Amino acid sequence: MQGTRANGVEITMPQLAESVVAATIGKWLKKPGDFVLEYEEICDIITDKVSAPLPSTAEGILREILVPEGATVDVGTVLCIIDAASGTVTGKAAGHVPAGAANDELADLDVADKKSNAGNVRRNADLEGDQSMRYRYSPAVRKIADENSVDLEQIIGTGLGGRISRKDVLQYIESGVKIPATDAVKVPLRTSGLHLPQNSTIPDKDPDVQFDEGRSEYHIDVTPVRNTIANRMRQSVSEIPHAWTMIEVDVTKLVLLRNKHKDEFVRKEGVNLTYLAFLLKAVVSAIKDYPMMNSFWAVDKIVVKRDINISLAVGTEDSIWTPVIRKADQKNISGLAREIDDLAKRTRAGKLTPGDMQGGTFTINNTGSFGSILSYPIINYPQAAILTFESIVKRPVVIQDMIAVRSMVNLCLSLDHRILDGVICGRFLQRVKENLESYHPDSQLY
Amino acid sequence: MAVIEYIEAIRTALQEEMRRDDNVFVLGEDVGLKGGVFGTTRGLQKEFGEMRVLDTPLAESAIVGASIGAAMYGMRPVAEMQYSDFMLPATNQIISEAAKIRYRSNNDWNCPIVIRAPYGGGIFGGLYHSQCPESIFFGTPGLKIVAPSTPYDAKGLLKAAIRDGDPVLFFEHKKCYRMITGEVPEADYIVEIGKADVKREGTDITVISYGLTVHFALQAAEELAADGISAHILDLRSLQPLDHEAILEAAAKTGKVLIIHEDNKTGGVGAEVAAIIAEELIFDLDAPIARLCGYDVPAMPISPPLEKFYMLNKEKVKQAMLDLALF
Repeated sequence: MQGTRANGVEITMPQLAESVVAATIGKWLKKPGDFVLEYEEICDIITDKVSAPLPSTAEGILREILVPEGATVDVGTVLCIIDAASGTVTGKAAGHVPAGAANDELADLDVADKKSNAGNVRRNADLEGDQSMRYRYSPAVRKIADENSVDLEQIIGTGLGGRISRKDVLQYIESGVKIPATDAVKVPLRTSGLHLPQNSTIPDKDPDVQFDEGRSEYHIDVTPVRNTIANRMRQSVSEIPHAWTMIEVDVTKLVLLRNKHKDEFVRKEGVNLTYLAFLLKAVVSAIKDYPMMNSFWAVDKIVVKRDINISLAVGTEDSIWTPVIRKADQKNISGLAREIDDLAKRTRAGKLTPGDMQGGTFTINNTGSFGSILSYPIINYPQAAILTFESIVKRPVVIQDMIAVRSMVNLCLSLDHRILDGVICGRFLQRVKENLESYHPDSQLY
Repeated sequence: MAVIEYIEAIRTALQEEMRRDDNVFVLGEDVGLKGGVFGTTRGLQKEFGEMRVLDTPLAESAIVGASIGAAMYGMRPVAEMQYSDFMLPATNQIISEAAKIRYRSNNDWNCPIVIRAPYGGGIFGGLYHSQCPESIFFGTPGLKIVAPSTPYDAKGLLKAAIRDGDPVLFFEHKKCYRMITGEVPEADYIVEIGKADVKREGTDITVISYGLTVHFALQAAEELAADGISAHILDLRSLQPLDHEAILEAAAKTGKVLIIHEDNKTGGVGAEVAAIIAEELIFDLDAPIARLCGYDVPAMPISPPLEKFYMLNKEKVKQAMLDLALF
């Protein structure tokens, strides 16, 4: 077989995660005859853990596709063959040290190395990676942008952490890109927290298809992602005997605390300070007190996990993902807020890696983000429990025989009744409640 | 134009000024017979005689005091402090007398002295032969302070200092003496005191420095240019008065400023330069003003590895420039 593929590079199904043995081809992004650059995405691959684009390991012309879309094949299977451009089959991008460097002293090699790295850093900054400085504008950038009516949202920052440098603005202006006069002030979309996109689209329904020829229904093919969700949900409800309980928490002081810090926080940290971060902190420290919440059923034993890795349910328009915040007990509120922001953004952008999805020990779902005040969550198999954070609403509450207006929130817990019972769950929820109610306007974020 | 060493530029400046004006004379420890410990005044006594190239006792206060008296009488003394470390015994004469004579006498008297002071480390001089004392005198109105980095500037500034009607401290970096060479015109010229000089044009970052570290910045800029980083380098040359206009122009050019000097960070010249920029240019800044300076420790270590660790060098400067460029 190798013989017939002389000069061709075989692209094989990679091992996306340790436990993955097979994966499905979602969509081919290249067709035979296309020129493919090294690291260019050639197709989407889907596993029950993640869907990710497959980068090419060679540069050249795509000769042949061997696995069609929708087919599931084992790891290591050849997916396609690329006719490598001569001499460009490189496994790695070696640092291109300038030719002159060969004469330099040994000590200078290190410098040369750093030099080429520095160039890379600059280029990568344009595309993705750390964007924590994206909205920190220097006085110079502000001034030039104001004087030239430049919308800074349009500019790609090449500075540290995605910062827009003065030069970026000048180059943008020089490039002569005409800026459309924005008549309405654009309200920035909330990017962090697990909130639904503001402008959600109502799914298109084509009446011609639906009701033509007396048909009263239409069929949608189950996507691999949908199929995985369905299997997981069925497995959970059929194997785990679910029980459910709910508690209400007075978060009035937490609301004050967050309002006090939220503007400063977004300025300083570049991410929104969400209620979810505070809830996470409260739940994680309650789990530390009640480690049984952090376990799973293994038929003849119960496995209690030492690390507290929180799975966050993040919804997109047509699916749900549960990326994991690792060692959440070692993070402060600021760190949790950052991580929530990062995971939510990457989930929506379809950029989760298999590693992001693994190792969760307890799940939190921010159902309040879509306005729910009560929900009955299904446990994220094989974990022991799942907690939902409902909407914070102002309600009249009786305190010391007087009626007060307080900010109240419901927390709902579904539990594996093989492992957990009402008493321990009640105590756990009480601890979460105490933690949440003990926030006050002077609490520390760091 | 001849390419000469930094130390030779100083010697020829002295020689030419002494030939031009009989009132110019040199005094200091071992400047005559020996020609100076670094050889800066070599040959001068032979040409001009013992009365114009005076070997003095080891008493800096007396060297400066005698110079002040001679200057008020109409002479043009050029006093050499063997090492700038030893200026301190003369501090009272410099700060309380020389700097104040014009002011105190309501402009009836002036004090045209030049005090040459070899300064800086990197020569294994240890605690007492490596200091950068410019910040001690920097905040004293009435003094002019220059610190050239190239042979051209050294010669031109020394001539300007000798012809100046007020006291001028001439800081010459010991490490530059033989390491730095450059083109110097044969013809008579001066470099005006109080004027900075753009040593390299650039668009990404601005480096402001003086003395030896200018050369590190120039070398680093050359290397960074290969990565597409363009550095604008301003050599202050004169520390007192500072060239505000040039500083602001250079800072505004890129909005990213790195100030480099070998003297300690705290209370150094860089602090003043940073303050000038902060006062005038806040809306042109694209990054926090950065400083790369000597450590705030009491003195230059005598141990060679520690001295190497202490001293700024091209690599340290390059890293600081790169960090600022990437910001």
